[in-house]
Amino acid sequence: MDKFSSHTGIAVPLRRSNVDTDQIIPAVYLKRVTRTGFEDGLFSAWRNDPAFVLNQPAYTAGSILVAGPDFGTGSSREHAVWALQNYGFRVIIGSRFGDIFRGNSGKAGLVIATVDQSVVEQLWAIAEATPGVEFSVDLVTKTITAGDQVFDFGIDDYTRHRLLEGLDDIAITLTHEDDIAAFESTRPGWLPKTLPAKIAG
Amino acid sequence: MGKTLSDKVWDEHVVRTADGEPDLLYIDLHLVHEVTSPQAFDGLRLAGRTVRRTDLTMATEDHNTPTLNITAPIADPVSKLQVDTLRANAAEFGVRIHSLGDLDQGVVHIIGPQLGLTQPGLTVVCGDSHTATHGAFGALAFGIGTSEVEHVMATQTLPQARPKTMAVNITGELPAGVTAKDVVLALIAKVGTGGGQGYIVEYRGDTIEKMSMEGRMTICNMSIEWGAKAGMVAPDETTFAYLKGRPHAPEGADWDAAVAHWKTLFTDADAVFDAEVDIDATQLSPFVTWGTNPGQGVPLSAAVPGPDDFADPVAKAAAERALEYMDLTAGTPMHDIKVDTVFLGSCTNGRIEDLRAAAEVVKGASIADGVRMLVVPGSARVKAQAEDEGLDAIFTEFGAEWRAAGCSMCLGMNPDQLAPGERSASTSNRNFEGRQGKGGRTHLVSPLVAAATAIRGTLSSPADL
Ligand code: SF4
Repeated sequence: MDKFSSHTGIAVPLRRSNVDTDQIIPAVYLKRVTRTGFEDGLFSAWRNDPAFVLNQPAYTAGSILVAGPDFGTGSSREHAVWALQNYGFRVIIGSRFGDIFRGNSGKAGLVIATVDQSVVEQLWAIAEATPGVEFSVDLVTKTITAGDQVFDFGIDDYTRHRLLEGLDDIAITLTHEDDIAAFESTRPGWLPKTLPAKIAG
Repeated sequence: MGKTLSDKVWDEHVVRTADGEPDLLYIDLHLVHEVTSPQAFDGLRLAGRTVRRTDLTMATEDHNTPTLNITAPIADPVSKLQVDTLRANAAEFGVRIHSLGDLDQGVVHIIGPQLGLTQPGLTVVCGDSHTATHGAFGALAFGIGTSEVEHVMATQTLPQARPKTMAVNITGELPAGVTAKDVVLALIAKVGTGGGQGYIVEYRGDTIEKMSMEGRMTICNMSIEWGAKAGMVAPDETTFAYLKGRPHAPEGADWDAAVAHWKTLFTDADAVFDAEVDIDATQLSPFVTWGTNPGQGVPLSAAVPGPDDFADPVAKAAAERALEYMDLTAGTPMHDIKVDTVFLGSCTNGRIEDLRAAAEVVKGASIADGVRMLVVPGSARVKAQAEDEGLDAIFTEFGAEWRAAGCSMCLGMNPDQLAPGERSASTSNRNFEGRQGKGGRTHLVSPLVAAATAIRGTLSSPADL
């Protein structure tokens, strides 16, 4: 994973609540077996609508999404994170996120910045007053700079640390291999195993 | 102070804990399907890693699989590639797989319990948000993303921050015709789609204690629809009876040792939950959704609400948008809403008990003009069992289509989809825009309401017949 310390880019106001991962990328787009190429499916139901924010030229090249509450709820599909990243988003700002989506984002390197809904409203207003305006998101200071205003955002310390250092979770866990093996040696023998396979008579 | 059920299971799985870091949890059972695994297997391959515990891992094909002509090659080349990729990965990494045509192929959350692999006190994960289904057995079960799938494959563990705990106390006798599905839809309407965020939930109370395993699975299944990390029910005699004799259930002395442990898995009397919600089951009636998230539901006897019924501006705007998408007018009685399609199936309501309940209602009746009904058993074994009981004949004589097992129209990754503008009554778990096909409109219902709706052509319960 690449290190992330700060990012400056065009802010896109998405004035909708409950944008679930089916809206971010519908199931028909999930059939690829790679991690790339999902940008076509991003918000696909809305991409033909000229009024949709990403279809407005000022916002098309956006990289910071200011989302409504309960963004990324529903399905566990990490494809939603990849679609946002493949499109060019680096940061999602919002007041409430689906748990699995937030976890997936942290693993994949997409920064989820949590602020109060009142801050979201202010950020929407700023991004709409000057379409195409750039925001800066600083992970070191945990701040968003929008125009001449600065807002603090929340992110859990461990995820922030991993993003700042660009650490790979699996590599970290494998350094604890001894602990895993020790734990395994204490598991009771009656716990189920999938192998050898047993099936009903 | 005592411990909650979820804390007990959590504590038993902590491999390592350190200040400022999430706990490293051991995973007892990892279920895999074709949609969320290809990139994870790829990651292993690139890093030269293996699946650490193939004996704790199992795969099946469900999301893309057709429900007609299942012995023919999959027609959609992209779906075929995804399924073929899973088969090749399973072979390469030594993972057990139940493929199309196999009796234990089916929706991943149906086959774990069916094989007896899902057991009390386990940690169960799957790259699928409805993994909480397995919590009905007193397992700590939750959905994960593809990066986490790869993490579990490589290490059999997951770093996890401990969520808060919540009790949902459901008490009293359910009125006739009211099912587990109605309970959970009413709960979500009450607490909202974000109400459970950050919590592991334990469903408890005498209503739950009297409920079948199938009903408990239906409720736990929809935990994610109100944002909860996981949903659990304490294991009891109903759980043990369901497991006994299943292929992977322990036997002999192992059974006794297992049951002795399972009996310790309950919330201590002096344990304190971080939050509690109470539901009076006696006040419930058949419940259906009118909008585009599972929290937008009302009793079937009510009318479609309007934006002005919501004080919160966000909820008001969401209602406006939902009414437009659903093409509904505020004040319309729910009973008057006509549907084109009825879908009976999914990991929420695709088990044998659900098929039996619906068959009982449609037996001897005929389907409403212009309505199509798809009956999709949750697994090939559920299908076989239903056929043994003659349920397939009841459904086909009624005028429904009897299909092969899989996710099917729950998410429309295979050809089973709604056409734009079509309206369904569906026993699945998500009424999101376009979930069952682009432009499709979904009303979430119980199997009983699905069956009665197929007879009348408008949203109905058996009491309306
Ligand atoms: S039946 Fe529906 S909800 Fe369940 S696993 Fe399949 S797609 Fe997901």
